[in-house]
Amino acid sequence: MMDIKDLYQEIIVDHNRSPRNFGVLEGSDLRLEGFNPLCGDRLTLYLKLDGERVSDIRFDGNGCAISVASASLMTEAMKGRTTAEARAIFDAFHHLLTSPQPPADTASLGKLAALAGVRDYPTRIKCATLCWHTLNALLEGRSTPVSTE
Amino acid sequence: MTKDHAARNLDRPAALDVDRVRADFPVLARIVHGKPLAYLDNAATAQKPRAVIETLDRYYREYNSNIHRGVHRLSEEATAAYEGARERIRAFINARSVREVIYVRGTTEAINLVAQCYGRARLKAGDEILVTEMEHHSNIVPWQIVCGQTGAVLRVVPISDAGEVVMEEFERLLSPKTRIVALAHVSNALGTVNPVREMVRLARERGAVTLLDGAQAVPHMTVDVQELDCDFYAFSGHKLFGPTGIGILYGREKLLEEMPPYQGGGDMIKAVTFEKTLWNDLPYKFEAGTPHIAGGIGLGAAVDYVGSVGLDAIGAWEQELLAYATRAAQEVKGLRIIGTSAHKAAVLSFVLDFIHPHDLGTILDAEGIAIRTGHHCAMPVMDRYSVPATARASFAFYNTLDEVDRLIAGIEKARKVFAR
Repeated sequence: MMDIKDLYQEIIVDHNRSPRNFGVLEGSDLRLEGFNPLCGDRLTLYLKLDGERVSDIRFDGNGCAISVASASLMTEAMKGRTTAEARAIFDAFHHLLTSPQPPADTASLGKLAALAGVRDYPTRIKCATLCWHTLNALLEGRSTPVSTE
Repeated sequence: MTKDHAARNLDRPAALDVDRVRADFPVLARIVHGKPLAYLDNAATAQKPRAVIETLDRYYREYNSNIHRGVHRLSEEATAAYEGARERIRAFINARSVREVIYVRGTTEAINLVAQCYGRARLKAGDEILVTEMEHHSNIVPWQIVCGQTGAVLRVVPISDAGEVVMEEFERLLSPKTRIVALAHVSNALGTVNPVREMVRLARERGAVTLLDGAQAVPHMTVDVQELDCDFYAFSGHKLFGPTGIGILYGREKLLEEMPPYQGGGDMIKAVTFEKTLWNDLPYKFEAGTPHIAGGIGLGAAVDYVGSVGLDAIGAWEQELLAYATRAAQEVKGLRIIGTSAHKAAVLSFVLDFIHPHDLGTILDAEGIAIRTGHHCAMPVMDRYSVPATARASFAFYNTLDEVDRLIAGIEKARKVFAR
């Protein structure tokens, strides 16, 4: 039987209630919108780069707890990273949620590993990955809004 | 049932026997995530009674064949069953003739058919189509497409905070330019039952043609298209306890006669040469190609089943469920009901101040409770109430007061999950 608390771990509930790095980032170099037309989740991601390094990152928008917590945890994980490191974290996170076999060692993902429970809820994976796809598109220099569909 | 609820039922001997009708629906015995299924997503699609499932099974096992053309026994049987179902569906909505009862894939196709065959054929630049703010996307987008094709303009009647059409605005927007008025009979997102008889009367007075989207109405109340006096009425089989992929467009015979066909192909013609083709008579003119034969026969079985339970008993029990659920929901701290019209079908749409609808949907699912969360294909309604999404419990006559209790308990459980 599924235990709902494996999905809504304390860290997720906390980041949903008090999202970190939430709100408009004044003077951002890059911004992009992402939305999930299936459920109406929307977010805007703001990025400030210092050379190749993410000097600041914020988001705002509206979504479910999984989507807000994922974005909040993502912004924490990204601050101060180089764009190459950011891409590596994106790949690891994507692998965590979508690979047929879950990674044996999630320690390298830090707090992000709390989102591993989403694996067992196929209809909710897009909630968790929306902000990540938006970030990936930003880093690839795309400017059209990201849609999960 | 708990003792309390059983006692309530005993007070009303004429009421529907919920335990008995539940036994007609095999899927209701399912266990989901270790809990008995509480299926509260009936506005999305309804479950199927054994009578419908067995009708489909029997068709495929015993007399599957194409209709209208075969001279062999199986084809005769299939044709008789398919056309017999059409006649019973005609009686179900009280159309004058089976020529007015067209099999389509569902409500969406019915509305697209009218938009293209009536709208596109007749509308000119500057003509107006009137819809309400509470329409399902399928009663908005087909009209937007035809507006793009013809230069006609889509006008929208606003709704009140309670989720009711603002009648003064409806009358004001009805103008000599209004050619088509397309209305939800019952709103899927709000549950509102619109005063369609009055609205049709006003529209017809101004010379507009009327279409009613009856997808959410036919499962809950007696629909008489002659009494409603509408020109077109659309509904889906799958929300009426019938198969998916089948639905009905009722149309006034005179208008259908004047309309060009929807699609070309077999069965919709009388005679074909390379120079000229003669369209078939109604209703076949609009039924090109081999149709969903099993679906039509299955919808006939669904209509028979609903008739045997009785729409009066169905409506009365659903109103009791709605009243009970509404009272219970009003007791939930932080819950706001979206759609509070005095005239509602058994739909409870709501938002909670401590949890997003999708998170609630997942937590309820873990309790075996199926509801719908999201925009319900009615994004303008979400905009109207400034919410990104709602949670929606929608009831059918096989739902119980215990299931309502479980829904409320599930909401309280969700509160605990999010209060840590």
